[in-house]
Amino acid sequence: MKNARFDATVLTLGFAFLYIPILILVIYSFNASRLVTVWGGFSLVWYQQMWSNQGLMDAAWVTARVALLSATIATILGTLAALTLVRFRKIPGRLLFSGMIYAPLVMPEVITGLSLLLLFVSLNVDRGFWTVVIAHTTFSMCYVAIVVQSRLLTFDRSLEEAALDLGCPPVKTFFRITLPLILPAVLAGWMLAFTLSLDDLVIANFNTGPGATTLPIKIYSQVRLGVTPEINAICTILIGLVAIGVIAASLATKRNELRRQRDEHAAAQG
Amino acid sequence: MAKSLGPVKRKFSPWTDPTSVPFIRFENITKRFGNFTAVENLTLDIYEREFFALLGPSGCGKTTLMRMLAGFEEPTEGRILLQGKDLAGVPPYRRPTNMMFQSYALFPHMTVEKNIAFGLEQDKLPKAEIAARVEEMLKLVKLEQFAKRKPSQLSGGQRQRVALARSLAKRPKVLLLDEPLGALDKKLREETQFELTDLQHTLGLTFLIVTHDQEEAMTVSDRIAVMDKGVIMQVATPAEIYEAPNSRYVADFIGDINIIEGAIVSNSGAASGGVMLDCDGLKIAVDQECPASTGDRVAYAIRPEKVRLGIEPPADTAVNAAAGEVYDIGYLGDFSLFLVKLDDGRIIRAAQANIQRLVDRPLTFGDRVWVHWSRDAGLVLTR
Amino acid sequence: MAIDTLSPPLPPEPKVELADDAGRTNPARWLIVAIPYLWLLLFFAAPFLIIAKISLSDTAIAMPPYTPTFQGFGNLGTFFSQLDFENYAYLASDSIYIKSYLNSLRIAAISTVLLLLIGYPMALAMARAKTSLRPILVMMVILPFWTSFLIRVYAWIGILKPEGLLTVLFQSIGLMGEGEQVQIFRTDYAVFIGIVYSYLPFMVLPLYAALEKMDHTLLEAASDLGCPPWKAFWRITFPLSLPGVIAGSLICFIPITGEFVIPDLLGGADTLMIGKTLWTEFFNSRDWPLASAIAVILLAVLVLPIVYFQNQQQKAG
Repeated sequence: MKNARFDATVLTLGFAFLYIPILILVIYSFNASRLVTVWGGFSLVWYQQMWSNQGLMDAAWVTARVALLSATIATILGTLAALTLVRFRKIPGRLLFSGMIYAPLVMPEVITGLSLLLLFVSLNVDRGFWTVVIAHTTFSMCYVAIVVQSRLLTFDRSLEEAALDLGCPPVKTFFRITLPLILPAVLAGWMLAFTLSLDDLVIANFNTGPGATTLPIKIYSQVRLGVTPEINAICTILIGLVAIGVIAASLATKRNELRRQRDEHAAAQG
Repeated sequence: MAKSLGPVKRKFSPWTDPTSVPFIRFENITKRFGNFTAVENLTLDIYEREFFALLGPSGCGKTTLMRMLAGFEEPTEGRILLQGKDLAGVPPYRRPTNMMFQSYALFPHMTVEKNIAFGLEQDKLPKAEIAARVEEMLKLVKLEQFAKRKPSQLSGGQRQRVALARSLAKRPKVLLLDEPLGALDKKLREETQFELTDLQHTLGLTFLIVTHDQEEAMTVSDRIAVMDKGVIMQVATPAEIYEAPNSRYVADFIGDINIIEGAIVSNSGAASGGVMLDCDGLKIAVDQECPASTGDRVAYAIRPEKVRLGIEPPADTAVNAAAGEVYDIGYLGDFSLFLVKLDDGRIIRAAQANIQRLVDRPLTFGDRVWVHWSRDAGLVLTR
Repeated sequence: MAIDTLSPPLPPEPKVELADDAGRTNPARWLIVAIPYLWLLLFFAAPFLIIAKISLSDTAIAMPPYTPTFQGFGNLGTFFSQLDFENYAYLASDSIYIKSYLNSLRIAAISTVLLLLIGYPMALAMARAKTSLRPILVMMVILPFWTSFLIRVYAWIGILKPEGLLTVLFQSIGLMGEGEQVQIFRTDYAVFIGIVYSYLPFMVLPLYAALEKMDHTLLEAASDLGCPPWKAFWRITFPLSLPGVIAGSLICFIPITGEFVIPDLLGGADTLMIGKTLWTEFFNSRDWPLASAIAVILLAVLVLPIVYFQNQQQKAG
């Protein structure tokens, strides 16, 4: 009983700490006053300003394209990497390979960003949209690989063997059996890669070039000049989008889970 | 499936006919995983329409042997012939074998119907033919009304039937069954064993089953290969395996048995006196042809149900008899197992059918008893 | 010099191993390995060699517009002759860099301890919650992680700055007079708050994963054997959650050491952190070789924890 009260207190305080700053940020995006400390009444003026701020909108568009592209490429590469990690344990240099998958997860962003930039410079590649896409793909593919790997580890290999045994060649087996069954993990990996790309400031700032200013870079440069409610507005929209995405995904998972439980119940009934 | 009271032991013994050609031949097969030898220089013939069982504890190489036939593993040495054709290099998806997996491996994202049709679709058969074949299979396993269900909506027994239907749909030359009944409860397992034998007789296919359950192997198969550490210990019919095991290992693995170590005192052939053993003072006479010679260390093996138990001493107490006391009694319903501690400390297991009701059973703990057996009750094992 | 590291991985030897596909010689299987392998070699491994090389170059020849000094294998001799340790000598000579490294490690260590102190009770409470409640709690911990890092740091500026919400709050409840202001913004304290806030999910989740899979009957057994609850926690719960503690600590400690955004936005001019120093050398002083040298040293400092983290992950995978 004492535990229960302690736990409830801890969780309440913990979640308050996690959510109150975000909540304040959202509330003040609707503040008519420019001053954070003064509540000037409800207003959408900052959303209007944000909407008419061409620079901000351009950055948002660049970010969306970078995130879509890099998340998609990262998902393909990450899935292949996960297959390599789980299915090809004897390849030469496996330790190097798994090292290259795990290291980016904890590597300080300044190092990843700087080193990639120096690669692009030494290869004489002009920095811009594509270099940011490559940079984001490189670190987010590792996250995808981890997510898909954990699914593959619990994957029943006899399903693939059954398909082979029934006359289905390996590549077709992958697309008809393996991929449909690991798809939830692959999609989760895509979402993760997408948000990571959406979030990233440091690596993008190193590897971007003219005409490829992403939203975080834009937000950062404005934040350095001081807090403006316009930023609150765009942050609120980003939070809203992510929240909708995450909640929709978790509801879908929950529904599938319920359906599965119902199925099993039906089976138990005969 | 036809109603059956039990396996019909048919007149079928191509292995005794020297002119018959094996359907499947494992020829000097060795399979190594790194330093571990799963199968060692193994040769085995399996005949057409035979129901063949590979029996052994886990890790004995039986599953590896089956997986080599299915094409999931390549032999390190030796070759596998199917109808005289070498299977080396033929990938699993081009082999005329189908496998029923231990986990059933039903595709969870496909309906029962789609699961059964999967193999047929790979052969690019016309749609109408696939539909007809699926229907036939569903009927065979009595799952017609479950066609549209997903595997998660089926019970364990139903899933097992779908797996069976799926592996039979392509009419494989050989059906491989990997512990097919392991996930079922005991009652359902027994029923299914009989259904499997019926099915095999009806379809006239060659079945190869892998199991660690000796009862299952005995019930379903025409012949059993008992394996241990990658080597076949004995290949014989279920009755031969039980009555005439060729080694301590097989005797001990199949059923309950007393094994008494001893040495040969004299050996003059079954016709003239048989084998005489001295097992640390216990004299045992056996009517048996035995390749061992005087002085060899051998073992005497006798099943508990062949050991007689009585309060009165037998007519001849010098051979095949010993005195002791009842040490423990295990009541098993249809019979009771008595553990008799001989005066020299050895324990002999003797089974007695419970013909009388329990209350009338005369023997109890600590009773002085005699155990004895006839000269043809047990046998001498040299391995 | 990046080129020779880019030779494709050798074709898998036809070794046979249980549950492994490496032995099968199928071109499709091959591509599965080769594509991500080559990508990571080119875009993750090769850059480290370049960074090492540039850290040994002179500012003049490495300054943008940057011309690659490596012009093919023929010029290898002149290429190597241009390298020296000047930048490293400079790093050692100016105490600001050494202070930056030490301060980064100090801040990362303190933050990690703070994260553990806050994260452990949360993870424990989550693991002890009703089974039906747990997925929701996990969801609630993950959700802030999906929102932008930058946004979350930004949110604190409005709260912590002298004329910010914390001052307003303290004034309104009488903790502070009219003229007083909260003096946290642009100090190390603000950096700690920002770091703990941003990294809390990374600490809670591994801890929760370790605590959640713990067998609850263990505590009942301990209690049955006469062990009081607080003792059972230290003798049973905590030791069994150690893998989670280690994973969470490493996942936080390593990136915090190189953190840039938080000390830049919340820290003061005297908050020296190496990520910030690197950024300044690169973007403001435009001294690329020096920035590279800073990165190489940072990597050297972190290489042990990173390797340890990889080992832990590989054991878990």
